Amino acid sequence: MRYLTDRKRAEGKGAAHTGPEHHWHMIVSSAGLALIVPIFLYVFGRTLGGSYDEVIARLSHPGIALLTGLVLFVGMIHFRNGATVMIEDYSRGSARKLLLIVVACLTYGTIATGLFALGRIAF
Amino acid sequence: MVQLALPKNSRIRTGKTWPKPDGATNVRKFQIYRWNPDDGQNPRVDTYFVDMDRCGPMILDALIKIKNEIDPTLTFRRSCREGICGSCAMNIDGINTLACIYGMDEIKGDVKIYPLPHMPVVKDLIPDLTHFYAQHASIMPWLETKSNTPAKEWQQSIEDREKLDGLYECVMCACCSTSCPSYWWNGDKYLGPAALLHAYRWLIDSRDEATGERLDDLEDPFKLYRCHTIMNCTKTCPKGLNPAKAIAEIKKMMLDRTV
Repeated sequence: MRYLTDRKRAEGKGAAHTGPEHHWHMIVSSAGLALIVPIFLYVFGRTLGGSYDEVIARLSHPGIALLTGLVLFVGMIHFRNGATVMIEDYSRGSARKLLLIVVACLTYGTIATGLFALGRIAF
Repeated sequence: MVQLALPKNSRIRTGKTWPKPDGATNVRKFQIYRWNPDDGQNPRVDTYFVDMDRCGPMILDALIKIKNEIDPTLTFRRSCREGICGSCAMNIDGINTLACIYGMDEIKGDVKIYPLPHMPVVKDLIPDLTHFYAQHASIMPWLETKSNTPAKEWQQSIEDREKLDGLYECVMCACCSTSCPSYWWNGDKYLGPAALLHAYRWLIDSRDEATGERLDDLEDPFKLYRCHTIMNCTKTCPKGLNPAKAIAEIKKMMLDRTV
C-alpha cells in the first residue's frame, strides 16, 4: 500500500510527449498500403499458375520488384506499429518490454530476409 | 497481463430470490448484483419481483420501490432523478446508462442490473469513482488565463460559444469510460472518454489561454492514444454526446502542431 494522493495516482509520471508521430505514421502507412496492396495482389495474382521461369521473370521486373519490396517494407513497419499498440494494451512490465523487442526483431528480420530474397530473384 | 477470468473472490453466485408481491398480476423480474464488503461473501445476484401496476416507469423507480418495500439493504446512488446529476449510472440490461432516464419499456424480458463494469465496487451498485474523478481533476477542468482579468467578464462570440455544445452537457456519470475496453485494460494511465471530452471542452474554449500546456499534458501514448475509436463511449452515452469525436479532435490538434 503506497500512500499517494488520488491526483498523484491519476497523473502518474506525467506525459511522455510522444504519440502524435506514431499516430501519423499509422495514418500514412495505412493510406500507402491501401494503395499498393491491391496493385500488388493484382500483379502477383497474375503470376499464379505460371511456370517457375515465368514467375521469376515477372518478379525480376524492376517495377514489380520495387512494388514487392515496398509492400514488404511498409507492411512490416505498419505491422510493427500496430503490434506495439496491441502489446502495450494487453501486457505489463517485463513481459511488455520483451514482447516489444521480439516484435522489433521479427519486423526487421522479416524485412531483411524478404529484401535479400527479392534481391536474389531480381538480380 | 490482462486478466481474462474473475478472481475466485469475485465470482458471482446465485443469491436470494425474494417472494412475489401478494395479489399482483403485472409482475416484472429484476436480477440485481449484490456485494457487501463487510460479510466476506462473494458477489451474488438477487432476484426481486416488482408489481408494475404500482411502480413508476423508470428503472430508478423500481430500484427505489425495491429498497423501500422489499429489501432496504439494496444500495445504489441516486439524486436528481432526471438525468442531470449522473449519480445513478449503472449497467442495465448490458448497457451503461442512467437508471433515472432509462425506461423499463426499453427492456425485453427480465431486468438485469449490475454496477458500472470494471470498476472497484464499494457496495452493491456503487462503483468506486475516486480515480475517475482524479483523472478529471488532472485535465484542469477550469478556465486558465494569462491576460489581465477584464473589468467585467471574459467575453465569447456566439460562434465560439456554439463550439462548446455537445461538450459542456457531460454530467460525469462515467458510463462512457466504463464501457471502453481500453479504459478497462489501462484505466490507470489512459484518461478515458469522459476526462478527454472535458479536456477538449477546455481546449476548444476561445477564452482559455493554456491550449499549448493542455496539449503538452495530453501528449502521451497512454493518456490520449489508448483510444482506438471503438466507439462504445458514444454508443452508451445517456446524454447523447460524442466523446469519440472529441478525442479525434484532440488527436487532430496534436497533429496540427506536430506535422
